[in-house]
Amino acid sequence: MSAVPPLAGSNRRFMSGNEAVARGAWEAGCNLAAAYPGTPATEILEFAAHYPEMYTEWSVNEKVSLEVAIGASLAGSRALCAMKHVGLNVASDALMSQTLAGVGAGLVIAVADDVGLSSSQNEQDSRFWGRFAHVPLLEPADAQEAYEYTQRAFELSERFNTPVILRLTTRICHVKGVVSFGERSETSRAEGFVKDPGRLIMTPNVARKRLPLMFEREAEIQRHSESSELNQIMAGSDRRVGFITSGPTYMHVREAYPDAPLIKLGLSYPVPFDKIRELAGQVDRLVVVEEVEPLLETELKAVGIELLGKEILPRLGELSPNVLRPAIARLLGEAVPETAAPVKAPIEIKPPAPRIDPATGANVFPRPPTMCVACPHLGIYYCLSKIRNTTISGDIGCYTLGAGHPWNALDTTICMGASMGIAHGLDKGRVEADRDKKIIAVIGDSTFMHMGMQGLLDITYNKGNVTILLLDNRAVGMTGGQDNPASGRDIHGNEAMKVDFRKLCEALGVKPERIHEVNPYELPTLFTALRNEVKIPEPSVIITNQPCVLIDYYGAQPALTVDDDKCTGCGNCLDIGCPAILVTRRETVVKPNGSEKELAFVKIESGACTGCNLCPKTCGPDAILPLADYIRQ
Amino acid sequence: MSENKITNILVAGIGGQGVMTAAEILSQTALSQGFDVKKTEVAGMAQRGGVVTSHVRFGTRVLSPAIPPGEADILVGFEPAEALRWISHLRPCGVAMINTTRQEPPVVSLGLYDYPQDPISEIAATGVEYHAFDAGAIARELGNFKLVNTVMLGAISELLPFPAEALKNEILDRFRGRKPTLVEINEKAFELGRQASL
Ligand SMILES: Cc1ncc(C[n+]2csc(CCOP(=O)(O)OP(=O)(O)O)c2C)c(N)n1
Ligand code: SF4
Ligand code: SF4
Ligand code: SF4
Repeated sequence: MSAVPPLAGSNRRFMSGNEAVARGAWEAGCNLAAAYPGTPATEILEFAAHYPEMYTEWSVNEKVSLEVAIGASLAGSRALCAMKHVGLNVASDALMSQTLAGVGAGLVIAVADDVGLSSSQNEQDSRFWGRFAHVPLLEPADAQEAYEYTQRAFELSERFNTPVILRLTTRICHVKGVVSFGERSETSRAEGFVKDPGRLIMTPNVARKRLPLMFEREAEIQRHSESSELNQIMAGSDRRVGFITSGPTYMHVREAYPDAPLIKLGLSYPVPFDKIRELAGQVDRLVVVEEVEPLLETELKAVGIELLGKEILPRLGELSPNVLRPAIARLLGEAVPETAAPVKAPIEIKPPAPRIDPATGANVFPRPPTMCVACPHLGIYYCLSKIRNTTISGDIGCYTLGAGHPWNALDTTICMGASMGIAHGLDKGRVEADRDKKIIAVIGDSTFMHMGMQGLLDITYNKGNVTILLLDNRAVGMTGGQDNPASGRDIHGNEAMKVDFRKLCEALGVKPERIHEVNPYELPTLFTALRNEVKIPEPSVIITNQPCVLIDYYGAQPALTVDDDKCTGCGNCLDIGCPAILVTRRETVVKPNGSEKELAFVKIESGACTGCNLCPKTCGPDAILPLADYIRQ
Repeated sequence: MSENKITNILVAGIGGQGVMTAAEILSQTALSQGFDVKKTEVAGMAQRGGVVTSHVRFGTRVLSPAIPPGEADILVGFEPAEALRWISHLRPCGVAMINTTRQEPPVVSLGLYDYPQDPISEIAATGVEYHAFDAGAIARELGNFKLVNTVMLGAISELLPFPAEALKNEILDRFRGRKPTLVEINEKAFELGRQASL
């Protein structure tokens, strides 16, 4: 029935691209893997940590993870670091100079682009880094290739003495496919670290000598790229359009145009120009399908290869078959297909009906991600939403959701750690109209340690006036609750150093009396601390101390319930934003003074509530009480 | 080229409902039946009550992992508004299997948006074949809301190009190893889902 034999035997498994990268690294003899979490790359390290032969760590940020990997490579061990696209912005300082020095044992940087923006602050094309840093860039098209290319990346790195970028996208990282795999071979270098100051100490003199070598290396890899089997022309019978594909776009093109000639670029930088010219000679027209920037397109046009790219294809998002088909049909002057290829439904063949109107369901309410039931951030945003005359500088983490309903209590979010510097700038750059504005910054534990600490030092050193909410939930919540120095556990869950944020903030120059540790479920205490601190014209830090509800430090309590007879429909508890609180009915009443008031009566979903006891503190008539008391009544 | 029939199943619901698990079980069953399979996984933000979908595609050889709009053969809707949201992803000759238990998001609770009056009749109006039943109630009656997942898989088990028993075994095997106490209740949930869809 099928081309794929059943999964008998142990060397074939259904795995995601992320797992495949970890497997590939392990088999390649990689000895060290380091990362800072980030969607969609997070699971690479989570899977890597399953292999005891590799040392693995959560680094505090991507730059450190790359530096750790560089060190290991120089020490003679193959090393991997993994990050999401924006992570390489942070790590690029290390990359841009290490490319001059080269490597010791193989050094691979896996970087995952969030094409289509499923959970990121921007869409970025990491293929630029290949050009910028003059390093080779591999682009797998599915999980099997993610596994294979990881191993090839280590080989290329050693062969050409260069860091290698393995460029992934969400569709590679988070798609599972069948992967055939092998076993580990040990590859660490026998001689260990070799002193080589003329290469490894990057002073201007050294860099000046290394630059021409880097360009020579790039030229050499370019020649290799022309003959590498990672770059393949695939013949096809329908020569009206030939395609240039790299990474996941190969799958999209092959699916939409099984008979078209194409070139599949696995080693997509340096570009194999001659091989592409060869394809150009075989087809009427060339179309380059790349996610997301017109990078190959620009370079190929510059060397005089005629082709089409972003003139006919979108510059944003995925170029899936349903995006390609109408664009190519238009190019060929064919009728634009309303729906896709004539594949028959295998289930039941019925008379063809017109396609379901794509507008059906378009009006369904949005269902944006929310904070979890009982999240320790809820009380913070409840308070922030009640304080007037503020500008709130936010950061990246679950607490970014505080920008949404019902709190609407964030004014800026840019990149990790930015809440500190931006708050300081909002303070120092204020104009007369904002003279009395209170500047507040909100940052999580992981983000603070990633890149926020330096910003705080800047505030204290420069006599700033920012009230900082440091939300320590002992986890990297946003990416799934990974351990970090705030959890006091390492990547394996073993005990590790636990950072003392009070001492850390003191060391960074915050006065001891301006540091408060509060329980974020204790609304009155929290509110008082916040109201007092915003009035004092000095940097202050309010540290919260309750864990993310998704990690094992959190202990759920019995659910609460709403006593219908006592609930006045005031709606206060809804301002908490806990998803377990649901409206049962709304009523409009006319007050004695003639004005209308909207009432919202509520219930608590007992299957969801974990009894954090936050919402009762907003309820004047004490209508929210433990389920047990309610039944007793 | 030899005919490469691909079955496209779109599983749609809300974070925390077990959409991913259902898709994983479908994929593993298809694999054990000798198909090539691709499945998308979305993690991260998905945990927090947002929309979750997983695409499962299987056939002789599967290339692109995403089901294009209008090409799903089966839509497994874990929630009625979500089923409506994704209904146009279905082929006109496809089938929608829908759990009618509603889950209102905070934006509806806060009065910012309305929940559709009658999502099922909007789905009916498209003319597509659908089965709607209260999988949530079945799960609750069995004493565990998490069983919705198994109920829904039972419900589509007769629509698949492999025997329903294969799917059932895949589910039960997952419990046999780790939580043998749950085998019986899952089997019940599966069968109740299967009957409810008939
Ligand atoms: C440079 C960079 N690396 C990684 C990420 C992915 N990311 C987003 S938020 C976050 C951490 C959030 O942790 P924390 O600050 O502790 O807040 P929480 O989510 O736990 O509330 C990460 C790793 C990113 N957006 N940018
Ligand atoms: S994952 Fe943790 S920090 Fe994030 S919203 Fe949920 S409880 Fe809050
Ligand atoms: S006690 Fe209130 S705020 Fe806390 S989880 Fe229950 S409903 Fe949500
Ligand atoms: S705060 Fe109390 S009285 Fe007001 S709506 Fe909520 S439960 Fe009812």
